[in-house]
Amino acid sequence: MFKIIEKKFLSENVARLIIEAPYIAKSRRAGHFIILRIDKNGERIPLTISDADVEKGTISLIVQRVGVSSHKLCAMNAGDFILDVVGPLGKATHIANVGTVLCAGGGVGVAPLFPIVQAMKIAGNRVITIIAARNKDLVILENEMAEYSDELIVMTDDGSKGTKGLVTQGMEEVILREKINEAIVIGPAVMMKFAALTTKKYDIPTMASLNTIMVDGTGMCGACRVSVGGKTEFVCVDGPEFDAHKVNFDEMLSRLGAYKDKESENYEEYVKSCEATSLN
Amino acid sequence: MPEADPNVRNKSNLEVNKGLTLEMALSESHRCLDCAVPTCIVGCPVGTNIPKFIKYLEAGDVLGAAEVLKENNSLPAICGRVCPQEIQCEAQCFYVKKLSKEGAAIGHLERFVADYAREHGPTTIPALAEPNGIKMAVIGSGPAGLTVAGELAKFGYDVTVFEALHDLGGVLKYGIPEFRLPKSIVDYEINTIKNMGVKFITNFIVGKTASIADLKEEGYVAFFIASGAGLPNFMNIPGENYNGIQSANEFLTRVNLMGGGNKDFDTPVHTGKNVVVVGGGNTAMDSVRTAKRMGAERAIIMYRRTMEEMPARAEEIKHAIEEGIEFINLASPIEYFADERGKINKMRVQKMELGEPDASGRRRPVVIEGSEYDIDVDSVVIAVGVSPNPIIQQSMPELEITKWNTIKVDGNMMTSIPGLFAGGDIVRGGATVILAMGDGRKAASGMHSYVQADVLAKV
Repeated sequence: MFKIIEKKFLSENVARLIIEAPYIAKSRRAGHFIILRIDKNGERIPLTISDADVEKGTISLIVQRVGVSSHKLCAMNAGDFILDVVGPLGKATHIANVGTVLCAGGGVGVAPLFPIVQAMKIAGNRVITIIAARNKDLVILENEMAEYSDELIVMTDDGSKGTKGLVTQGMEEVILREKINEAIVIGPAVMMKFAALTTKKYDIPTMASLNTIMVDGTGMCGACRVSVGGKTEFVCVDGPEFDAHKVNFDEMLSRLGAYKDKESENYEEYVKSCEATSLN
Repeated sequence: MPEADPNVRNKSNLEVNKGLTLEMALSESHRCLDCAVPTCIVGCPVGTNIPKFIKYLEAGDVLGAAEVLKENNSLPAICGRVCPQEIQCEAQCFYVKKLSKEGAAIGHLERFVADYAREHGPTTIPALAEPNGIKMAVIGSGPAGLTVAGELAKFGYDVTVFEALHDLGGVLKYGIPEFRLPKSIVDYEINTIKNMGVKFITNFIVGKTASIADLKEEGYVAFFIASGAGLPNFMNIPGENYNGIQSANEFLTRVNLMGGGNKDFDTPVHTGKNVVVVGGGNTAMDSVRTAKRMGAERAIIMYRRTMEEMPARAEEIKHAIEEGIEFINLASPIEYFADERGKINKMRVQKMELGEPDASGRRRPVVIEGSEYDIDVDSVVIAVGVSPNPIIQQSMPELEITKWNTIKVDGNMMTSIPGLFAGGDIVRGGATVILAMGDGRKAASGMHSYVQADVLAKV
């Protein structure tokens, strides 16, 4: 059982949970993720560790409400317990002083990007961070990112905050302006696909952190498989970070929708059960 | 062995084999000739004293027989169900070797005795040595890990088992289906080991959550790695990553461990009217029979050789045929096709014929050129073997491994690092429950000798 120490909504549908998990807090590095199961009938879902406090023995997770499990998770509060949390999983991000690093995060992908920005800055890089969201209410971790970035660019699709436009436009502006040695892109598959195409034009080595469907997270099942440079890789043990120029994002996008029908069905049932409970 | 009706059981999780009655067991026990040189024992990877337990049974002392089984085997109710006795103890039986008759039904008797003791006997645990306070770590709670834990507890060690998943039992839980091995039996055996003082920690991946070095700092003096063969093989053919195509590990884990297919559970799973399982081993049989139980109209085994070469146990193949499983032998998939949403709807298959024997001694399947044809499918399960799980090896580059990524061990199951032992599929690459248990017994005595020598050296 893993205790929730704190829960806070960062935007309407995105919550931060701070969870007691001392071993994971101590072992985790930037890029690592965990798998959790809320209760005995729950599914196993992967979530990136966005921060950790070794002294307090806690990790923080940022979760966006999309399906049944993420809704249930966002409905939990400080003092509640999550049945299972296992990690840290995946390979840690390769952190080195390479010069100038461009970090681009879209939507809730900003959360897994944060520990990388932090580690890249501590390693001595010049860090330029772009965080993008649909509108101002969905922008998260702005202050945290600003603390570890030499420059922070906020972008929204509707221009309600920062610069109006897509993340790729912001990236291109930076790339045309100064020499970028490495780029890291994390966000929805579509965003990563176009961000990768943008950096490819300028031959900038680019990593993408993938968030696929998983079950065990230890290489046992292969649910998370993706094609990277034509070869099948397991995101859980070979990733989650891969050369963004080689990832088949279209295949990944299709695989993310593998259980869409069942998920929608579950979600409708869940909403009904919530309504039934609130009526009582 | 009485069996559940095939047309009833293929729609439920009912255990297929119903077990012998007391009368049947007593009558079968008379067949054991109590040979002067019992070759059956040699055929058992854990060296169970087979004639001795059968003689207790024959004398009507079923609980006494159970005690004998427990001397060498901490999981008899499991072995009685899933061991391939026909190629082990029973194959070495005097009846088979000298008289060309059917051997004594050792497996059925073992299961009967273990089940009887569980249902009628007191909950007992084996005799334990005085606790010595020395900490031992076991990595993985599958058959090898459970065996080592039980044996080390008997020696008096303070044993902790670390399990990566949220539930205990490893392949006994996520892999082997309920209809072949009820989960309540696995839990009963694990409880016995808990009652022997062994501690279990779930959600803990050694090599990730904490390293072996971290655990050494916590006072553990010896380690047993039994992390299993958890990396499924795929065939690397076009379209293999379409939705609806999954490894047997994924399919079985979703159903067995996560409740996939049961509406009370959140985990989804791909099934459908037409399900093809590629492979001919026990895992393939478990997968295809599970697909049938989940409502497949056509549940098909596709295997590149013939029934004769099929590696699955004869009993599993027989049960599958009775349950209405179709077999497409001498065939192999070469490509998959999907609808506009990326969901599989068709597979292209190539026919094979048998050529000369290969290194395994089985006749090699050879492609028949121009024999391709298509089959409509809703879901495909790939059961063409597994490779060793890479996590421990990745976390310890100094650990010596083979070219197949299995961990190298010596005759005492010790790895290239002193105090670090390994066994089961992480050493063998993909074998049986009983061979993993045999490794566990050997490793436990290896670990005991190692620690005793280490302790004595420090006195």
